[in-house]
Amino acid sequence: MNTNDAVILRVENVSKRFGGLLALDRVTLSVKQGEIFGIIGPNGAGKTTLFNVINGVYPPTEGRIFFRGEDVTNLPPYELARRGLARTFQVVRPLGELTVRENVIAGACFGREHLPLEKAERIADEMIEFVGLGARKEMLASKLNVAQKKRLELARALAARPIVLLLDEVLAGLNPHEISDMLTVIRQIREQGITILMIEHLMHAIMNLSDRVFVLDYGAQIAEGTPQEVSNNPRVIEAYLGDPDVARRFLEGTV
Amino acid sequence: MHTLKSPFFWIVLIVLSALAALPVLTNSTAMREDMFLILMLMILASSINIIMGYTGYVSFGHIVFFGLGGYVAFFLTREFQVHFVLAALVGGICASTIAFLIGLPVLRLRGAYFALATIGINEAFRAFFTNFEPWGGSVGMFFNIAVYDAYGGAKNAGQLAYYAMVGLALVTVATSFLIKKSRFGLGLMAIREDQDAAMVLGVHPARYKVITYTISAFFPAMAGAIFFFKNGLIEPGPAFELHRSIEALVMVMLGGYGTVTGPIVGAIVYERLRGFLITDPTLSNAHLVIAGVMLLLIVLFMTAGVVGWVRQRVPALRRYLE
Amino acid sequence: MNLEGLLASSIDGLMLGFVFGLMAMGLTLIFGVMKVINLGHGPFIVMGMFAILVMSQLGINPYLGLVVVIVMGLVTGAIVYFVAVHRVINAPELTTLLATFSVNMMLIGALTIIFSTSPRGLDLELPSFRAGAVTVLGTRLVAVLVAIAVTVILYWFLYRTRIGKSIRAVANNRDAAELMGINSTWVLALSFGIGTMLAMVSGGLLATLFSFTVLSGAGLETKSFVIVVLGGLGNPTGALLGGIIIGLLESVTTIFVPVSWVPVFEFVIFVLILLFRPTGLLGAR
Repeated sequence: MNTNDAVILRVENVSKRFGGLLALDRVTLSVKQGEIFGIIGPNGAGKTTLFNVINGVYPPTEGRIFFRGEDVTNLPPYELARRGLARTFQVVRPLGELTVRENVIAGACFGREHLPLEKAERIADEMIEFVGLGARKEMLASKLNVAQKKRLELARALAARPIVLLLDEVLAGLNPHEISDMLTVIRQIREQGITILMIEHLMHAIMNLSDRVFVLDYGAQIAEGTPQEVSNNPRVIEAYLGDPDVARRFLEGTV
Repeated sequence: MHTLKSPFFWIVLIVLSALAALPVLTNSTAMREDMFLILMLMILASSINIIMGYTGYVSFGHIVFFGLGGYVAFFLTREFQVHFVLAALVGGICASTIAFLIGLPVLRLRGAYFALATIGINEAFRAFFTNFEPWGGSVGMFFNIAVYDAYGGAKNAGQLAYYAMVGLALVTVATSFLIKKSRFGLGLMAIREDQDAAMVLGVHPARYKVITYTISAFFPAMAGAIFFFKNGLIEPGPAFELHRSIEALVMVMLGGYGTVTGPIVGAIVYERLRGFLITDPTLSNAHLVIAGVMLLLIVLFMTAGVVGWVRQRVPALRRYLE
Repeated sequence: MNLEGLLASSIDGLMLGFVFGLMAMGLTLIFGVMKVINLGHGPFIVMGMFAILVMSQLGINPYLGLVVVIVMGLVTGAIVYFVAVHRVINAPELTTLLATFSVNMMLIGALTIIFSTSPRGLDLELPSFRAGAVTVLGTRLVAVLVAIAVTVILYWFLYRTRIGKSIRAVANNRDAAELMGINSTWVLALSFGIGTMLAMVSGGLLATLFSFTVLSGAGLETKSFVIVVLGGLGNPTGALLGGIIIGLLESVTTIFVPVSWVPVFEFVIFVLILLFRPTGLLGAR
């Protein structure tokens, strides 16, 4: 665990409005290099919106984003990609008519290192093996099942050799066996020095994996700290009890 | 470069050259006329494939570049006795420049809006040229037969035009290949599949689309220049005939969009079929109906076209059949 | 060029504009409900023209014939929907564009076989009206009245009847409409039918005003595109407004510039609107 204290990503007072809806309310957070930073919150809390703002998909209504010290607030997604920010999507977005291999090559070609085709192909092959999709290299992306598509997204993001990786519910829809495989992979990614921000609903996973956790509810921060601190925070418990599914699981003791 | 090592690349070029050489070897003017037209359609279809098949942007009015190239080159050859190949090159450059300037704003539109805009652009240019008296207005321009003397007479000029068309077809196909197998081409296809995801990966969509559109305008323009040079007459109607670009689209769909060989196959099959239908006495009136039915069947059941279908059914071939 | 001439042209243009508006409404309705651009629009207009022609040759009054045309339009449209559009309704734009274009090819081909491409005209004599120095052709006036009547009926249908509301519901959100128990497939087929019906009726009206050929549809189709974009894709009121504007534009500008320059203006406006205000004057739906 090589975490030094350098802040690699800073979100400062970011708000995002969509018409009358305030999706993000003065969110401020700092992510240190090399850490795994978890983001949790009930459904609709604004987690994916936060990623979209960090990533450049939408500009924030207010606030600033700093990546490695540089103000990247209004830059479009491809500029963020060039600077070393990669991302997976909550609802997977494979490039359907291209093969798995072509998808990952695309990740390598246009990411931080902006590699030429031959080098990109070699990196792509490595990443495909790393996520375990080697046998399906030549399959069309649209023909994969959900778990495989998630792995494809991951490989594609990794092929860009990012400095910071944004994972949006990468465990959703996976069975326990697949989850445990994915957790191992995520740990291996961190060991390579990549900083990870993860949105996740699976409590045991994110609590186990994260160095620090940030909790969003209705677009605003309600807690931040180590997994221990956050899970004992009464405001967090209240926010989740408002979520009937979690309340039930609290009662069952499976949270 | 990567592509030049691919054997398929050379196979396609050689086969195409062989086909093109047939009329010369057999000294058949009829066959040469036939091939001339097919090559021209191949060039149109391949160019549309470059913008549509690779990026997914449907340029319905693409024929506008055919007309623009034709008019510019015709004017240069007629007024300044510029050699027709040079005039064609200038025509190509003019068309590409216009594509670049128009492309910048227009390519920001998505889907149907872009398609409609390209139709509007074609119609605007056609209406303009119909009124532009210095270049013939609605009557168009024509060559005094003496123009061909510089080329050794009209017959010789026809021969030369044929060779030029062959050369252009080879260059177009080669370019289509090079784009497809390059990193640039991968970026285009990412845009086609999911433009927003492509942006997140790091692709700069506006830049890529505009460059592609500019390239895709060059070849139809030169084809138009060569065609009208040989024709000796250029009029706004035939130069900007919307139907022709739609036919080119059909050829791309028939053969398989997003592939290099698709437009080639599509052009050949479509033209052969059309020729057959028109010359057959019972079917000639029905050719439009039959073509329409064919198009509908392809659209409903075989969207990937002939080449695409083969690639899907025989995955092993996918790597080799581009 | 004098004020009376200007007035006469304006009135003429305004009236034609109503008919054009009706024509464009069909196209915009189909787009509004199912996001499909019906490239078969032109041939349907032509079908309407020829239907009226045939009926008048059979001795039926062309205006009564319009009732037949309405039924024909609905039925043909629904059939075309099921044959060509239904399967690909969720596919990307190119697919539906090509599907409707194939219908275009088939219809033009069939019409050419039946009627050939020679020009046709209806011999329709109606009294003209004079108000001061302005002469209003009887045929024009009736055409406008019919166009307005059809428009009013359409609006009543869309906003006051249950079926009309279900069309608007499907246009708004197809899945939600299904959840509310609306059979969206039939609604889509009906909408397509209404769209083609409007095209055919306007064709019928145009036949009473001008001579025409099988190939007249192409120019009218591109004119419809311009009107639809001008008014806002998917917005029927916009189409009417756009039609009126284009009608006025065409009549009035011919006073100042040769008539052949008018298309240049139209298409330049068309492209400019797409670029700078793609939602059109009244906003797309």
